[in-house]
Amino acid sequence: MFTAILVMSGIAVVLGLTLGYAAIRFKVEGDPLVEKIDAILPQTQCGQCGFPGCKPYAEAIANGEAEINQCPPGGEEGIRKLADLLGREFKPLSEEHGVEKPKSVAVIDEQVCIGCTLCIQACPVDAIVGAAKQMHTVVEPLCTGCELCVAPCPVDCIAMVAVGETVQTWKWKYPVVEIRKAA
Amino acid sequence: MIGRLFKFHGGVKPDAHKDESAGAAIRKAPLPARLIVPLRQSARAGATCIVEVGQRVLKGERIGEAEGFLGTAVHAPTSGTVSAIAAHPMAHPSGLDTPCVEIEADGEDRWIERAPFDYHAASREQALAWLRDCGIVGLGGATFPSHVKLGRGTGIETLILNGAECEPWITCDDRLMRERAAEILAGATILRELIGARELMIGVEDNKPEAIAAMKEAAAASAHGVSIVPVPALYPAGGEKQLIRVLTGIEIPYGKLGADYGVQCFNVGTAHAVYRAIAHGEPLVSRVVTLTGNCATPGNWEVALGTPVEDLLALAHPKADTDRYLMGGPMMGFAMPRLDVPVVKGTNCIISASPGLFPPAPPEQPCIRCTECAKACPVELQPFELYWFSRAKNFGKAQEYNLFDCIECGACTYVCPSHIPLVDYFRFSKSEIWARERDKTAADQARERFEFRNFRQEREKAEKAAKLAAKAAETRARLAETGATETPAAEPAAAEDPKKALIAAALARAKAQKAEVRPQNTDNLSPETQAEIADIEARRKVLEAAAVDTAPQPADAAIAAAEPRP
Repeated sequence: MFTAILVMSGIAVVLGLTLGYAAIRFKVEGDPLVEKIDAILPQTQCGQCGFPGCKPYAEAIANGEAEINQCPPGGEEGIRKLADLLGREFKPLSEEHGVEKPKSVAVIDEQVCIGCTLCIQACPVDAIVGAAKQMHTVVEPLCTGCELCVAPCPVDCIAMVAVGETVQTWKWKYPVVEIRKAA
Repeated sequence: MIGRLFKFHGGVKPDAHKDESAGAAIRKAPLPARLIVPLRQSARAGATCIVEVGQRVLKGERIGEAEGFLGTAVHAPTSGTVSAIAAHPMAHPSGLDTPCVEIEADGEDRWIERAPFDYHAASREQALAWLRDCGIVGLGGATFPSHVKLGRGTGIETLILNGAECEPWITCDDRLMRERAAEILAGATILRELIGARELMIGVEDNKPEAIAAMKEAAAASAHGVSIVPVPALYPAGGEKQLIRVLTGIEIPYGKLGADYGVQCFNVGTAHAVYRAIAHGEPLVSRVVTLTGNCATPGNWEVALGTPVEDLLALAHPKADTDRYLMGGPMMGFAMPRLDVPVVKGTNCIISASPGLFPPAPPEQPCIRCTECAKACPVELQPFELYWFSRAKNFGKAQEYNLFDCIECGACTYVCPSHIPLVDYFRFSKSEIWARERDKTAADQARERFEFRNFRQEREKAEKAAKLAAKAAETRARLAETGATETPAAEPAAAEDPKKALIAAALARAKAQKAEVRPQNTDNLSPETQAEIADIEARRKVLEAAAVDTAPQPADAAIAAAEPRP
C-alpha cells in the first residue's frame, strides 16, 4: 500500500516536472490564433470595425469581444474565411460598420491641396508624402483605400477613386455553363 | 548527328489546315495611315514613353525605353508624326486599354540610320543590351525578352531553334523558313555564339517538307554544323519543353528551365529578328502574320507592328459568314473582343472563324472520369482533377495537383468527350491564384507599414519625453548651482518641489528678459527728434506726478492731452 502510493506520487512528480519543463521550453510567443485571424483580415487599417487597426480587431475576435462580421473591406469572403477558421456561424456584414465597396485608392487634387499635413498624420500606412505648405500626394501602390485621410482634409481635396482593371490585373472569368442557347 | 528522337507524353493530332495559307509567299502589307503602337507589347512588361505628341519619328526610332528586368524597347514601325499618346485597347483577351503611341504615317517609310552591330568586338553585356534596345522578344507568341533568355552565357550545351509550328492554321514560321532560311541560320549562329552553345539543332515538324528542304540547303551552304531535325507532327511538339524532350530526351521538371539542363530554345522568327538587329541594325518593327481561316485570300504578310487588325483583315477578304476572329492558333489563341486593336510582337496569326469552320462547342456535360484528358496531357497532369478543384474554387488543392505546370495547350479540351472547356477553368484558377497572391503581398506590405508607423510614433513620443526630461534635468542642475542666490528666500518650499522650482526659475528668466527689452526705435533719430522725445517724456513725468496727486484724473487722458501730435 505504502509502496503503491510512493510509486504513484513518484510518477506524478516526474510527469509534473516534464510538463513544467515543456511549458517553459516550448512556450509559444503570442497568440497563434490572433496571427491566423490577422492573416485573413485585409490589413486596410481603416478602423471601420471599431478597433484601431486590423491587429487589435484580430485580438478582439480571438478574445470573443468582437463579432466576425465587422470588417467591410474584407467583405463576405473574409467573413466566410473567419467563420471557417473559428468554427462560427457565417453572418452577413454588419450594416453599422459599413458596406463592401470595390477597392479604391485616395487621390489628392494637387491644385486644391494647401499642404496642411493633416492627411499625412491620418494615413495608417504612411502612403502620403509631402511637407508643411508643400503639395501632398498619395503613393498609389501603398494606399490601402481606408478613407481615413478624407475626413481630416480641410479643403476636401481628397477623393476615393476606384481601382480599375488593367491588363496586368485582369482575371479570366469563371466559365459560364450555357445550359440552353438563347433562342 | 542525332541518333534518335524521343517522345513526349500525350499530344493530339488536330487537322493541320496548313495548306490554306502555306502556299502564299510572304508579302509586304500596305502601310496604314495611322499606326497604334502599344508601349506594353504583352501583359508582362511595359516600356517608358520617350516621345512627345507632335514629334517627328523615323522608322526604327525608339519610342519606348525598356522598363524593368523583363522590359524591351519599342520602336516606331514607320516614319511619321506622333499624333497622340493615349490609352487604346490592346490585343488581349480582356480587350482592356493600355498606353499606346499613335503615329500618323507620312508614307515615306524612311529608316533611321542603321549600322551593323559588331558583336565580336562588343562584350556580351553590350550585345544583350543591343538586343534589348532593338526590342527583340520571342516571336513564337509568348514574347519573352530574348536578352533575358540568353542569360549569363554559360552552361548551355545545346541551342534549339523552334520551327515546329505545331498549331493548326499558322504558317508564318513555315514561310519564313522557306524564304529566309539563310537569314534564320545567320541569326541562329549569332544566338549560338552569344549563348556559348556547342550544338545547334533546328526542329521542324515533318508536315513542312519544303521548309525542311530549304533549311537543309541553307545549312549545307553555311557549313556551321547545324542539324535540321524533322520531328513528328504531333500537337504540341512546338511547346518549348516538349521540343526539348523530343530532340534531346531531357525532361524538364516543374520550376526548372531548359537553361538549367544546358538547353535553350528560340523561335525561328526570333532568330531572324536577331539577325536583322545585329547584321543590319534594324530594330523589331515588323513581323510575319498569317491571315487565314474563313477568308477568300489567305496568306502570309509582313506587317508593321501597330497596324490595326481591321486594316489587315481587309487583305484576306473574310467571307460574309465570319462571326469572330481568333488571334493566335485555334488551340491556344483567343477570340478578339474587338478589331481596332493593333498587331503586336506576339501576333503570329489571325484566323477568321465561321460556325462552319469552327462549330460552336456543344453544351458542357458532366465529367465522366474517362481520363482521356490525362492521356492527352503533354505535361502529364491530371486535368480532370484540376477541373474539379478549379470548378469548386479549391485553389490550394489545384496547386497541389500542379496547376501551374499546365501550358494551356488545349489538348485536354480538344479530346474531352463531355466538351468541358477545361483550359478556361485552368486559366480562371491561375488568374484567381495570382490575384490572391497580389492581394496577400499588398496586405503584408500594409501590415508591415502600419506596424512600423506605430513603432515610429512610439519612438517619437519616447524621444520627445527623453528630450524634455534631459532639459529639465539640465535646468535643475543649473538651479542647484546658483540656487542660493536666485531662489527667493520667501519660497523655501521650492527646494522640496523641483517642479515648482523650475516654474519659479522660468518666471524669473522671463522677468529678466522683459526687463532687458527696451524700446529700440528711438535710437537712430536726429538730435532734434531726440530732444523732442526727451521734452515729451519730461512733460509726461510732470503730468504723472500730477495725476498721482489729484487721484481721480486718469493718467492716460492727461498724457493724451499733453501729446502735441494726434
